[in-house]
Amino acid sequence: MSIAIRNIKKRFGQFNALNDISLDIPTGELVALLGPSGCGKTTLLRIIAGMELPDSGSIAFHGEDTTEKHTRERQVGFVFQHYALFRHMSVFDNVAFGLTVRPRASRPSKEEIRQRVMDLLKLVQLDWLAERYPHELSGGQRQRIALARALAVEPKVLLLDEPFGALDTKVRKELRRWLRRLHDEIHVTSVFVTHDQDEAMEVSDRVVVMNSGKIEQIGSPDEVYHSPATPFVYQFVGNVNLFHGRVHEGWARIGAMDIPAPDLGQATDAPAIAYVRPHDIWITREREGELCVPAVVKDISRIGSLVRVELEDEDHNEIQAELTRSGAQHLQLNAGEKVFVCPRNVKVFLEPGK
Amino acid sequence: MSNANVTAPIPRNIATREATWVRWLLIAITLVFLTAFLFVPLLSVFVEALRNGVDAYWEALKEPDALSAIKLTVLVAVIAVPLNLVFGLAAAWAIAKFEFRGKSLLITLIDLPFSVSPVIAGLVYVLLFGLQGWMGPWLAEHDIQLIFAVPGLVLATLFVTFPFIARELIPLMQEQGKEEEEAAVSLGASGWQTFWHVTLPNVKWGLLYGVILCNARAMGEFGAVSVVSGHIRGFTNTMPLHVEVLYNEYNFVAAFAVASLLALLALVTLIAKTWVEWHTQRERSAAH
Repeated sequence: MSIAIRNIKKRFGQFNALNDISLDIPTGELVALLGPSGCGKTTLLRIIAGMELPDSGSIAFHGEDTTEKHTRERQVGFVFQHYALFRHMSVFDNVAFGLTVRPRASRPSKEEIRQRVMDLLKLVQLDWLAERYPHELSGGQRQRIALARALAVEPKVLLLDEPFGALDTKVRKELRRWLRRLHDEIHVTSVFVTHDQDEAMEVSDRVVVMNSGKIEQIGSPDEVYHSPATPFVYQFVGNVNLFHGRVHEGWARIGAMDIPAPDLGQATDAPAIAYVRPHDIWITREREGELCVPAVVKDISRIGSLVRVELEDEDHNEIQAELTRSGAQHLQLNAGEKVFVCPRNVKVFLEPGK
Repeated sequence: MSNANVTAPIPRNIATREATWVRWLLIAITLVFLTAFLFVPLLSVFVEALRNGVDAYWEALKEPDALSAIKLTVLVAVIAVPLNLVFGLAAAWAIAKFEFRGKSLLITLIDLPFSVSPVIAGLVYVLLFGLQGWMGPWLAEHDIQLIFAVPGLVLATLFVTFPFIARELIPLMQEQGKEEEEAAVSLGASGWQTFWHVTLPNVKWGLLYGVILCNARAMGEFGAVSVVSGHIRGFTNTMPLHVEVLYNEYNFVAAFAVASLLALLALVTLIAKTWVEWHTQRERSAAH
């Protein structure tokens, strides 16, 4: 079931939650809505679910306009950050709820419901908890039950609102791998909201990066990480070094470096910002080529399998570099040492608002 | 440093712990107050009621006017409490789960009976529905008597006990949020199914608590009822009013006998209230 979102606008009082959002979600894809809090991602998800009404614009499921349809009729599965399990019902009754509230004519028999619920509980690997109550389960278990409950009604679309947001890091990592595998098994069109870029990168087929009610970029996790479309995406997705400079007819002058900026051929002596990922910073003792600047090593710290090096160039700009452990061993850097920094894959943007 | 310091149990909340004599003094003051203003009066009700023996006590309760007062009190409560139950649930559901214009006005209005003197509440109904009142002539024409009759008593009681259930449910429902309802609707449940299977079970203990308080007030209300009742013995006297009538006739044994029933009602209410509170707390600690 594909979803077509067209020109959705939504305001809450003076606050512009969604500003003309259009987005296509193809059948069977797992799409992440990624952005900082307040960017409108949850509002968009709730509009898809029919829990909020857009001020204007339309939503279509598989070509059929559902903008005016009630949540009840949209056949969406919704998973909440805080699970929203029915607290006074057993796990079994929670999962069975969507089937037992159906009108008599379309309601499966008791035995069929039982079979279906147990199959779903097996799918989420929690069939042994059927008789328990939500408060007896851990957070991770609750969220898997919530997912089973949403899947019980065979939704056309699965919507997840920060599904792992309330869980601790370890469970969160396990659960998102598990969600990815589950999606590969059942292939229901899914949209999930997250502010965690790692989560979006790891789980989704496509990432939609949002900021202040607008879509900044739509792309595969690789595209979003390696070729961000806007400065915002650069900063939001992954760590980044940032250099101020000027751009003139396709060339950016950043410090002592001349960096090609073919996208900005029209600009004449305009202020610009250059972005470089820390792992795209090379450190050498000998100057290699034009695109290197002298710098001083300030600090070296180890983070897991990486070595992070803090440097400072001649203009006192801080530069962050990430080396592999073997790369760092090979270099044998010491704090206070003078080296050359050579940025690669530099992306230049015009400074916004100027 | 002595060993005692190491082995002595560390008192909790050491920062807010008062000196021993302060604690004993506070407890003593509380006990004196409770004894003087609660236990002694309560005891005296029963002592006075049984002054002439158990037989006299039963006689006083079996007397037709007393029986009629008891029946009337139960009747008024049986009508007023369910009505306020429906109203309280509806108001709390609307306020906690939906956003609409005039919501804060509605909350203020629900609280109104708490801030208005019950006597004034009764007077308002007399002014509205009494013979000299705005709607009096019309009502008289159609042979409907509200004031100095049972409907008036029910109206006044309804007004006074208006806020109890709604006030109990609103914070509870607000705390629970509306995610469970949203989940139910997304699973295809109708509004009624959502209410019946999700909302109502989640607030059942709060609701029961509200009903108990509402019932206690409905049966014990004096001021508002007194104004609209007209004190017709055997017809429009509820138990509290009957107690007053008997007392004014210097019929102390009978007055205290009926009063003892109200006192018993209070005790039962207290026990029921504690029981419900215990359940609510258990459920709450289970939910977290």
